[in-house]
Amino acid sequence: MFLDLFYGLREEGVPVTIHEWKTLMHALEEGLHGSSLLRFYHLARGCLIKSETYFDAYDRVFARVFKGVEGAFDDETTEKVLEWLKDPKNFPNLSPEDLAALERLNHDELMRRFLDTLAQQGERHDGGDKWVGTGGKSPFGHGGQHPTGIRVGGPAKSRSAMKVAEERKFKNYRTDMALELRHMRVALRRLRQLTRSGDQTELDLDETIDETCRNAGEIEFVYRAPRRNDVRVLLLMDVGGTMDPYFEPVSQLLSALHEERGLRDFQPYYFHNCIYDSLYSDARMLSRDAIPTGDVLARLDSRWKVVFVGDASMHPAELLEPHGNIDPRRTSPTPGIVWLHRIAKQYDRAVWLNPEDTAYWQADTTRIIRRLFPMFHLSVDGLSEAIHALVGARQ
Amino acid sequence: MTKNDFLRFQGTPGYIASGPLVDGVNCSIALERPLLLKGEPGTGKTVLARHVAEGLGMPLLTWHIKSTSKAMDGLYVYDTVQRLNDSRFGSGHVADIRSYIKPGPLGRAFAADERVVLLIDEIDKADLEFPNDLLRELDEMRFTIVETNEEIVAKHRPVVMVTSNNEKELPDAFLRRCIFHYIEFPDVELMRKIIHVHHPNLDAKVLDQVLIKFYWLREQSDLRKKPSTSELIDWISALLRAGVSYDQLEAHIPFVGTLLKKEQDVDALNRYDSKDGRYPKRWEDLGPRYNQ
Repeated sequence: MFLDLFYGLREEGVPVTIHEWKTLMHALEEGLHGSSLLRFYHLARGCLIKSETYFDAYDRVFARVFKGVEGAFDDETTEKVLEWLKDPKNFPNLSPEDLAALERLNHDELMRRFLDTLAQQGERHDGGDKWVGTGGKSPFGHGGQHPTGIRVGGPAKSRSAMKVAEERKFKNYRTDMALELRHMRVALRRLRQLTRSGDQTELDLDETIDETCRNAGEIEFVYRAPRRNDVRVLLLMDVGGTMDPYFEPVSQLLSALHEERGLRDFQPYYFHNCIYDSLYSDARMLSRDAIPTGDVLARLDSRWKVVFVGDASMHPAELLEPHGNIDPRRTSPTPGIVWLHRIAKQYDRAVWLNPEDTAYWQADTTRIIRRLFPMFHLSVDGLSEAIHALVGARQ
Repeated sequence: MTKNDFLRFQGTPGYIASGPLVDGVNCSIALERPLLLKGEPGTGKTVLARHVAEGLGMPLLTWHIKSTSKAMDGLYVYDTVQRLNDSRFGSGHVADIRSYIKPGPLGRAFAADERVVLLIDEIDKADLEFPNDLLRELDEMRFTIVETNEEIVAKHRPVVMVTSNNEKELPDAFLRRCIFHYIEFPDVELMRKIIHVHHPNLDAKVLDQVLIKFYWLREQSDLRKKPSTSELIDWISALLRAGVSYDQLEAHIPFVGTLLKKEQDVDALNRYDSKDGRYPKRWEDLGPRYNQ
């Protein structure tokens, strides 16, 4: 049953590992669940789930796996029984014969009798051999000596674990794209190139000693800039038309890049189908958001890394002819291909992420663009390769 | 039988902890794993560590993480500048490198003669790799001072509590080693208890009005920053000091600046006010969640 929980969670895409499972087992050995399903619910959640975004998945799996487990007796009964079991009386000293005489019941039989006994019993009872209590020979209770008895104990809570799980309070914390986004963030972490730049605040010990020696023992401190990530990313996104079906992965990439605080600088711009004389700072691409492409290129020097996101398939005229922009409101005297050439020339690290399946990269324009920029599929794997092309060693 | 020979935290008079939170703390103590605490700002993540230390009668060491913090700083800092300076002017014990090695919070927790509570506060502020750099130290509770080749082994495993505000994802390897607890926003019942700790003499009718207004504010979906528990407590202090009458409180939200910290939110509320927006006065005016 416990393993059902483990595999159930994994099926739901919750990253649970054996390491965490062993932690839970260890916690159970320590008795930290206190024989209460509700406390087990919280204990298992603390050990297995490491982000509130997975709490909802946990609730669903927990409710499925443990359905019916606690149905046998309600909370009120439990509380009453626990009240009887407080302050256990001392053991009666049972002889081995007595112990052997206690019948060894199987679990179902025991459970049935337990519920029967409970139904008949009205008050606390200690030291006997039938009623639920402490220090006796009855199979039910604790501190007793029945070999196969049911242990009833541990503080109870007023709410039941099933109710908590079925409430699914954490539904709002969950995002179905969380896993995808997490993968992207992990991939983006490698988008870093550590260089020494900025304020010189770190003591360079070796240089200081050298300088001090050269200075005949008069201390000469030498400072250097600390290492920091120097990656600047210019993101150019194709929006609208054939890109509409890919809204999800593209917006995920955008939000992952926005949240990647390690980057030195990050600027996103939008275009439609191909780069022409203007880029847009907003996805709606209104005239007031237009920025001349030339200005962007002049402002962002060659240290920037360029990431295109687009399907790269368009009518050849849109790429190769002057006035190729299919948006009639915009003029585009310079053909798109010229702009792409300028970008490729200015930025030696630029990649193109294509959300379309690689099988469809057959369009003429796709092939032309692939000659200019290395193209990768917009997936977690493709993103990793693209990042390698941006900051990795050159092949 | 359960093993009861480990320390148990039961909450303190100054901190009302929910059952699951107490269990989480005890679980992390028993399993000797760091407890990772997340939750809305102002739900008492940092304060908890102080009260755990108080409840268990242990000293508390706090390591406030900043964006420039390095894992190494927590272990020890070798003060080379001081040593160079001393060598230049012939003061101090220049020959003894150990007098220039200053233990950090983690180093002090290891070296302490008794078990301590170590709070690593706002771990998400640091660099992404920061938690990974601490894995071995937190696992094995030992580290080596490179300069003296001296190994520091924890005499007693400290109770480690880590808070995060979710500004960054923490590395999986680090998460695997933690016990995780998400501090939920307190429901009305728990909130009454919490307020009682801070303002024991508050009139019950006033308290009801305060809570109705507070939870109503939190329900407003266009709020940029929801008010938190600590802000609620500040607000009640402000109300009490100014001697706001029950009637005023029933009709308005005075001192809204203690609850709302974003200009847009205050503006939105003022607009609501000027349009004769009505504030809830009874629990029935709030949603079904509050009327079960």
